Amino acid sequence: MSTPDDAVLVEVERLSRRFDVSSAWLNRIVRREPRRILTAVDDVSLRVRQGETYALVGESGSGKSTIAKMIVGLLAPSEGTVRIGGADPTGARGAALTALRRRVQMIFQDPYASLNPRWRVLDIVGEPMRVFGLARERREVARRVGALLEQVGLSADDTAKFPHEFSGGQRQRIGIARALASEPELIVCDEPTSALDVSVQAQVLNLMRDLQGDLGLTYLFITHDLSVVRYMADTIGVLYLGRLVESAPRETLFTEPAHPYTRMLLDAAPRLDGFGRRHATDGGEVPDPIRPPTGCHYHPRCGYRVAGCDERYPPVRDIGLRTVRCFEAERVLAASRPDAGRANGADAHPPR
Amino acid sequence: MATPPAPDAAATPDAPLLEVEDLVVEIPTRRGVLKPVDGVSFTIGRGEILGVVGESGAGKSITGAAIIGLLERPTRIGGGRVTLAGTRLDTMDENALRRVRGARVGTVFQDPSTSLNPLKTIGEQLAETALAHLDVSRREARERALRALVDVGIPAAAERLDAWPHEFSGGMRQRVVIALALIGEPELVIADEPTTALDVSVQAQILALLRRLCVERGVGVMLVTHDMGVIAETTDRVAVLYAGRVAEVGPTRDVLTGALHPYTRGLMGATPDASPERDSRDRLAQIPGAMPGLGAVPSGCAFHPRCPEAMSRCSAERPRAASREDTRVWCWLHPPEEGVSPDGRSTSLRGTRR
Repeated sequence: MSTPDDAVLVEVERLSRRFDVSSAWLNRIVRREPRRILTAVDDVSLRVRQGETYALVGESGSGKSTIAKMIVGLLAPSEGTVRIGGADPTGARGAALTALRRRVQMIFQDPYASLNPRWRVLDIVGEPMRVFGLARERREVARRVGALLEQVGLSADDTAKFPHEFSGGQRQRIGIARALASEPELIVCDEPTSALDVSVQAQVLNLMRDLQGDLGLTYLFITHDLSVVRYMADTIGVLYLGRLVESAPRETLFTEPAHPYTRMLLDAAPRLDGFGRRHATDGGEVPDPIRPPTGCHYHPRCGYRVAGCDERYPPVRDIGLRTVRCFEAERVLAASRPDAGRANGADAHPPR
Repeated sequence: MATPPAPDAAATPDAPLLEVEDLVVEIPTRRGVLKPVDGVSFTIGRGEILGVVGESGAGKSITGAAIIGLLERPTRIGGGRVTLAGTRLDTMDENALRRVRGARVGTVFQDPSTSLNPLKTIGEQLAETALAHLDVSRREARERALRALVDVGIPAAAERLDAWPHEFSGGMRQRVVIALALIGEPELVIADEPTTALDVSVQAQILALLRRLCVERGVGVMLVTHDMGVIAETTDRVAVLYAGRVAEVGPTRDVLTGALHPYTRGLMGATPDASPERDSRDRLAQIPGAMPGLGAVPSGCAFHPRCPEAMSRCSAERPRAASREDTRVWCWLHPPEEGVSPDGRSTSLRGTRR
């Protein structure tokens, strides 16, 4: 049970996951099609420290939800390992698995789909307590559920209600209460506020931060929204087509991105004070993940491309507090630094 | 253009392209009439992008649908007027409206995969739209289709003309939808959350494209979105909607940096921002509660139960429009000067922008 660093709660080592998305075998033979393999996650390593919020950001098809599923043990990795406090969620069986599941909970994107409409709030939030044997007596469960509801900003009297009696934001609070019910250490949050309006999102994000402070929770936060990441995360990992291209502490990443994709992503995010701002987008889109570009997946869109980018995937490099997979990281970094005289990322894609 | 201006319109050259005045949309139900849009007023000029922002249930999309007569029964326009370059649209019959849509008003919706016909090639759809709305031959229609694809930045446009919608990526499909909206040479484009289904890097491209084409051609745009950042970067003016009513409407920079209405201020404070210049760890401002349902719109100002600055007048009386500089605001913190018409400019010098 010993980890190299006691403060590390989640350790992901060289994780990969492939999906077979081929047609049915007979169709393949008739049409002479090859097998089609989608590599959703490709050689991802990351560490989440106890008590921090680690955010995985990426556009569609980046593999962020697949990583989340492997970390909570809903999906087995094709290669690599996940360890949570030293335990392996896919290898664990029986009592060890139950113990691990109590420690890891999840909050989902859609508060309408993630609560059973036929169950009362008491049963929804109380179920993890009964399953993990934290409270067996009905009165004790009710007392604890009431306390949890108050902790997430609802009323203890709401226990007898059904999910349809709540608004989207309130339902997400119920989802949070359910996640807290087993007294977990790690909560994996998969786009927890993307279905909510901004004023409700603010309430939920503030609540999640308060709970983290009060309970010492560790969050793995999955989102596509950079402004939410900037508000929530301590450490950020940027994914592109299944690969972790850069990971860094929040301020480092936002002020001095070292990967061209991170730089483009930051520039593309709309800003509240960006009146009439022009973006330095690369004009490209995320390519087909079944046939990704060779070498570094980003090279066809990249303004910093050099010879070799289309042949080899750059190795992991540590530069300062960040890890980055780019041959030209120093050049990107120099352009990112405020003293480089950039004007709002206008030189994000310099002529080669 | 084919439709002559209605006689009731004062079509002066500098009149706004679109005028929406006191628009009311009604849904009759067994328990009474619901009003998803209740007294909405704004204007859009030629070549101007008006952002319409608000949370779900604010009435943004239904306002757009009402303007072009796409309300589904029993939902109906219950009052007010919609005037496009001198032509009343709200009183027009369905046949006349059908000619307006496409020819004078183009539309771009959220999901590009449902806006295109999957059984026709991109070229066929574009040419068909050109034929329907412009006086052109088949050959010319196809040429225009090609030019439209080039204009929206589709690479190898000549080959892509015979491609099917499913062969395009999400961003490329939305470019085609914009080409479709513009091929009839409309005066106004209504874009309803055109980038919500797209990734951020593609969103930036699509918004830049929409902006460039509309400014070049002098097309007015109504851009419906829930994203304050998109509003800041893309629009010239903005209307903030709450519970089917306008909270305030004015130049985007004025409204976003010096909001007059407490709801706009709340919305800005609640929005997390990715700007590197901002301190990101400040607590987000919270507006307590949630948008009221259609059947339970509060009395007086609809925002008063959630408003940190509510006064006794706010629950009793619905705010009337007041002008402060170039902004019109509906809030009792900024009452219209007594005895002056609600849109009277005479109050503007007394503007107290915070």
